Amino acid sequence: MWIYERKIEFPVRVTAPDPRMAKYIITQYGGPEGELSASLRYLNMRYTMPTNRAKGVLTDIGTEEMGHMEIVATLVYKLLEGVPIEAIKAADLGSHYADHGRALWWENTAGVPWIAAYVSATNDPIADLHENMAAEQKARAVYENLLHLTDDPLVKDTLRWLREREVVHFQRFGETLMYIEDYMQQKKFY
Amino acid sequence: MSTSGQAQMLIEIQKLQFAAVELNLFLDTHPNDQQALALYNQVHHELKQHVEKYEQIYGPLLNYGYSRAIQNTWNWVENPWPWEIKY
Repeated sequence: MWIYERKIEFPVRVTAPDPRMAKYIITQYGGPEGELSASLRYLNMRYTMPTNRAKGVLTDIGTEEMGHMEIVATLVYKLLEGVPIEAIKAADLGSHYADHGRALWWENTAGVPWIAAYVSATNDPIADLHENMAAEQKARAVYENLLHLTDDPLVKDTLRWLREREVVHFQRFGETLMYIEDYMQQKKFY
Repeated sequence: MSTSGQAQMLIEIQKLQFAAVELNLFLDTHPNDQQALALYNQVHHELKQHVEKYEQIYGPLLNYGYSRAIQNTWNWVENPWPWEIKY
């Protein structure tokens, strides 16, 4: 069961609206390496993991990723706040505006809609944990790409923080993989 | 209503809760680490105090029965919402 806490995990700030940056950042909302992919991937995998530790890690990281999705949404919201329609068009957001107005939507930076094919679940714990570790690296890489795309120090603060979380998640999944490997080894002796 | 006092209190809660999240994830893969366990409970205690103080002024941070409704209005739905807060 999920409870919503009426508070964002990190204090998101922007120096000024920037619709072009909003267009880039939306990829971490609904793109392949974004927070929706991450949270759904982990929250889905947890049901059929063989150990409680794996179920715990996947539940807890999956839940934090939902919080990160809110952070990305808040960044996009603040970067578009009060932006006039001419600036929306100039930032190449006209296509998005036609279908969605100023609403957020799950798409990558090119407007390609989110798809479940972005997330995998093979029920092989070794494969699945490697998928998770790869996902965290990819998310880290994308945050680094986004950091290159802005000079706004406040936006950079939030992107840097999200990037660091990916590094920590990678670490936790690595540890979980080691435990799963031990567990699978033990099973062979029965 | 100025959000700067509210934002300040939220920042303190965010710091504590982030520590709790970090410790939570660490404990998931190191469940017998006594130091981490003790620290987690310390953070929990401090977080609880900060949340109580915040909620007395600004209303519930949790719903579905977890936080107490204050005053005589359901201010859970009132502004500002988390993405609207200016830090």
